[in-house]
Amino acid sequence: MGLDFNQETFRNDFTFRNSPKAIRRFPFPFHEDGYMYSVNLEPHVPGPKGSVFEHTFDVDEHYVAEMRDRALVLAEDPLRCQSLPHMTLAGWDLLELIMTSKARDYPHWFELHKQGDKWHWINKPLEIEQKFTFGDETTLPYGPMEYITRQTQGDFSLQDHRDDNLWMDAGMITTQADWSLDFDVGMSFHEWHAPVPLAHEKGIFDRALKFLLNLQLGAPVRRFNWTMTVDPLLDTSPETYPQWGPTRASLTPETIGKRMHLRVELQTLIRLPRSNAIAFPIRCYLIKFDELVTVPKWGRRLHRVIRDLPEELAVYKGFARNRPMMLDYLAQYDDGTPTSPGIWPD
Amino acid sequence: MSMSHNKIPVTVAEVVTLNPLIKRFRFVRRDGASLPAFSGGAHVVVEMDDHGTRRMNPYSLMSAPSDTTGYEISVRRDDVGRGGSLYLHQHVKVGDDLVISAPVNLFGLDLQAKKHLMLAGGIGITPFIAQMALLSAMAGRFELHYAARNPGLAAYADDLRARYGDRVQLYYDDQDQKIALAPLLAGQPLGTHLYVCGPKGMIDWVRRTATDMGWPQQCVHYEEFLAPPTGKPFQVELAASQKTITVGPDQSLLEAIEAAGVDAPYLCRGGACGQCETDVVSCDGHIQHHDHWLSDEEKATGHKIMPCVSRFEGRSLVLDR
Repeated sequence: MGLDFNQETFRNDFTFRNSPKAIRRFPFPFHEDGYMYSVNLEPHVPGPKGSVFEHTFDVDEHYVAEMRDRALVLAEDPLRCQSLPHMTLAGWDLLELIMTSKARDYPHWFELHKQGDKWHWINKPLEIEQKFTFGDETTLPYGPMEYITRQTQGDFSLQDHRDDNLWMDAGMITTQADWSLDFDVGMSFHEWHAPVPLAHEKGIFDRALKFLLNLQLGAPVRRFNWTMTVDPLLDTSPETYPQWGPTRASLTPETIGKRMHLRVELQTLIRLPRSNAIAFPIRCYLIKFDELVTVPKWGRRLHRVIRDLPEELAVYKGFARNRPMMLDYLAQYDDGTPTSPGIWPD
Repeated sequence: MSMSHNKIPVTVAEVVTLNPLIKRFRFVRRDGASLPAFSGGAHVVVEMDDHGTRRMNPYSLMSAPSDTTGYEISVRRDDVGRGGSLYLHQHVKVGDDLVISAPVNLFGLDLQAKKHLMLAGGIGITPFIAQMALLSAMAGRFELHYAARNPGLAAYADDLRARYGDRVQLYYDDQDQKIALAPLLAGQPLGTHLYVCGPKGMIDWVRRTATDMGWPQQCVHYEEFLAPPTGKPFQVELAASQKTITVGPDQSLLEAIEAAGVDAPYLCRGGACGQCETDVVSCDGHIQHHDHWLSDEEKATGHKIMPCVSRFEGRSLVLDR
C-alpha cells in the first residue's frame, strides 16, 4: 500500500502535496477564461482513463490520509455526521452504491462478496474487513452511511425527496468549504442555498431544483464548484472558524505560492434506488498555486478568472482580502497568449 | 430531458392469468444481469410495437423492491381503450423481448410518517404491494384498505391477507361493502400519511374527505395515471422542428410527436408529472385538456398543453416543440 498512498497531513505541519501525476489529473474547473454561476450540470458518465471522471467514485493518492483526517474531525465533533431516522434506508442505498462501485472499479484494493443479504467487505488500503447483514444496522459498527463514508473520500449529503422538494436530512460533512451540516440538517433546497449571492436573482435554484426532482435512476449528473483555501485544510468549517479564519490574514508574497490552494469540489448527484433519495457526494480536491502553475494553461487562465470575477463572489468565497496578492502572483504566469478550450492541460 | 439513455432491454420470463381481467408479467434483463433495486410506488414505462404503432404505457412495479432478479407488473385489460393493455394481454408471451424504462417514482412513501394508511381501488393495488413489502422489511407501520368489485377480481387479496393479516381490510362492491372513510380518517394517530391509488372517483372522494377533515396537504398522496383518451384525428404544427404531424384517433399527441422523430420529454405519460408540458405558440380551436397537472386557470388561457393525454379540435394548433 505504501507506494499507492501518500503519507501526509491536512493539519498542523500540513505535509499535503500532489505528485506530478496528481497535478496532471487535477480537475481544473474553468473551461474558459472567465466564470459566472450557471446550472452547469452534465451527465456523470465515465471520463478519460486516469482522469478523476474515470470511475463513479475516484480513489487517489490522498485516500488513506484523508480518511485519517476525517476520523480526527469526527472524534472531536461527532455532529459532523448526522442522519435523521427516516434516512437509514438511503444510507443502505449509499453503502451499496459505494461498495459495488469500488469493488468493480478498484478490485486490487476493494472486494465485495455477497450471499443474499450476507455481505463481506474488504478494504485493503484501510485494512478493514467486515461481514454484515445488508439492511441490519446492528451488524455494523456505525449506521450504514457513516460506516461507508468513513471509508470514502469526499463529503456526502443525502437528500430526501418529498413534497416536491429536497431536504438535507443526512450527511457526512468534514471537508466542507465553510458550511455546517449541524446548521443545515433538515433544511429544504432553497433554505440551505439561501446565502449564495447573485444566483437566486437569476432563478438558478428554481431551475436546478426542478431538474433534480426529475433526476433519473441510472443517470447521475455532475458539476464543479470552487473556492480558495489558505493551507491545505480539508476541514474549513464554521465550527472551527476561529482556528483557520485568521490564517487568511497571514499570507505574504513569499508564502502565497506554497500556502494558497485552489479548492475544487467535484459534486455529483445520484438518484438512489430503494429510498428514492438523492445522494450528493462533494469531493474536495486541493492544489497549491505553486503546483497549479506548472501547467501553463491553468496559470494563465486562473489569473484571468480571478481578475475578472465580480466582487460579490470574491467576498462570498472568502478571498477578497487576498485577491490583489493572488493577482500579483498569478500575473507572473500569464503572458497574455490565448488558452485552448476545455479544462485539461495542453 | 431525453429518456432514451435510460432504457433496459428485458425478456418476458413469466405470464400469469390472475382472473378474467388481470395478467401478471415478469421481466428479466436480457443480458442476465441484475436489475436496479427500486422504491415502493415506482413505475416503469413499457414500450410495445403494436402492429406498427409504438405504445409506451406506465405500469407500477409490484414485485418486492429488494428483488433485483426481475420486475413484475399487473395489467388490467381495457377493452375500450387504445390497445396497450389489450396488446399485452393478447400478444405478449414468455420469451418475448421488450424495452422498459428505468424505474421512476411519482408515488413515493414519506418515510417520516409514523404510520402509512393505504387505500386501493381495483388495479390500484399494485404500487401498494411493493410498498408493503418494503415497509414490512423495515418494520414500518401500515394498514391497507382494498376495495374491488368482487372477490374474483380482487387480485392478490388472499396473498396479502395471508402475509399481513388484519393489516389488510377488504371491501367488495358486489356485497355493498364500502370503506367507512370518515371514521377511518378520524381514528388515525398523529403523523399518519394517507395514500390512495384507484379510479378517479375514488381518488377525488378520498382527497376531498381528507381536506374537509383538515388533513394537511403534505400528508395526502395519490397516484392516478390516465390512459390517453381516444378521439378524432387532428393536425399539429411543431414550430421548433418545422414539422406538421397528424395525430391518429387512438394515438396520443406525444406518441405522434415521437413517431415523427422528435425527441420530447416525458416521465409518466399519464397527465400527472408535468414533464411533457409544452408551450402553445398559437391555437385556433379548442384544446381538450385531460391532464391533472395544469391548473384550471392555465387550461383556460390555452398557453400550455400536456401532449401525453390532451387533444385538439379546430383549425390549427402550433406548438413550441
